[in-house]
Amino acid sequence: MDFRDVMEPKYRELLENYIKDQSEQALYAGQKFSRKSIEHKISPEEIVSLHKSLLMQMQPDLPENVLYSFDILLEVMIGYGLAYREHQSLRHKQEELRSEMEIAANVQQTLLGTKIPEVDGLDIGAISVPAKHMNGDYFHFVQDENNCISVAIADVIGKGIPAALCMSMIKYAMDSLPENRMGPGSILENLNRIVEQNVDPSMFITMFYGMFNPENNLLSYASAGHEPGFYYDAAKKEFTELSAKGLLLGVEKRTKYSNYHKEVHPGDMIILLSDGVTECRTDDGFIEREILIDYIYKYIHLSAQDIVNKVFKDLEKLQHFQLRDDFTLIILKRKV
Amino acid sequence: MSIQSCVTIINEWDIVAARQLGRNVAKELGFGTVDQARITTAISELARNIYLYAGKGQICIDKLFDGGKPGVKISAIDSGPGISDIRQVMEDGYSTSGGLGAGLPGVKRLMDQFEIESIPGDGTKIKATKWLR
Repeated sequence: MDFRDVMEPKYRELLENYIKDQSEQALYAGQKFSRKSIEHKISPEEIVSLHKSLLMQMQPDLPENVLYSFDILLEVMIGYGLAYREHQSLRHKQEELRSEMEIAANVQQTLLGTKIPEVDGLDIGAISVPAKHMNGDYFHFVQDENNCISVAIADVIGKGIPAALCMSMIKYAMDSLPENRMGPGSILENLNRIVEQNVDPSMFITMFYGMFNPENNLLSYASAGHEPGFYYDAAKKEFTELSAKGLLLGVEKRTKYSNYHKEVHPGDMIILLSDGVTECRTDDGFIEREILIDYIYKYIHLSAQDIVNKVFKDLEKLQHFQLRDDFTLIILKRKV
Repeated sequence: MSIQSCVTIINEWDIVAARQLGRNVAKELGFGTVDQARITTAISELARNIYLYAGKGQICIDKLFDGGKPGVKISAIDSGPGISDIRQVMEDGYSTSGGLGAGLPGVKRLMDQFEIESIPGDGTKIKATKWLR
């Protein structure tokens, strides 16, 4: 049955009950009525009008000036009714935007998807979690015909949709790099030219590019202003900064990037991250890089994927489950 | 068939006159108190827009009889600056967030039919109709 048809007798009953004994029970029934009437989109002015007309029936001797007062109440409530309906419609719109964003995030996942390669001798773990829907961090693995494993980790300055759009371009730029083998430095030089030409001047990208050759266990790498990673020396049980000099992508067309090399021993780890990891903000400010090392060390006996997952969970908790920046952490561990 | 009467809007008192005219017509046609209040609120909003943004204009009230079904039509006509982005002013939250009242989306909600035409530099014509149920 339509609520509008039963609304009047129902409200009449409520009024009569309450006028009789002013019980809490009758008031509670009133609350339930309001829930139903909101559900059926009854506007506040209709309730006022219903109230007035029922009062006139129930109390025919009511002074006129009391009845007139309801006209003012009705007029005032019209504004509230409109505001409420506007609120409903905005909420609906927000819902639409949210689902659109979710679709965009899925599309992004598909566009930027990369498979973590399975290689003998190397244990790889990676996690990338966006702060909002869309991720401005990006990582990419390539395994070439010589079994070399390349890893790129990048971060667009900024987050959200603009950063994500920019990242899609970087991915296609990387895919279209010539097949013949280039060192990390020349790959960054190529990407820099593309970014400089195609991306809004206010947007910059940091990137670390590493290439591991399982033949000689040599890691070559170059960085375009990216947050330095760590190198874990298993023999010394020591973490050092994996730093490399280089300007951000997109600043200057003719930037050169140097190649750095490191021999990777069994048990050693290469830890790459985005600034969302080190810029985890806790109640006491940003976490120190040393604290991050402690967290990694805590799980060092686990597989690379378990380490990154567990470190993320811990840091997420530390920030009360509110990520302020996109978070990406990659670990490459040479198997013992 | 249509019977029209108009109020010129120049100052805030004219808004009251337009409301009064609208209420009288709505009452005459048999609209209930809630719909009377809705129609007058819509008139108020349109008249206030004229007063605030165009400076001068007219609110006209028509009695309509469409196949015996009575209705009231509000026309708001001004030769003010016009609206360059109608989509924006018809968007929820645009006028209310600035505390400007229910705005045009509010008028559209209060009435059954709503039409707007505006030429920047030339003026705005808004027609809103409500039918007796």
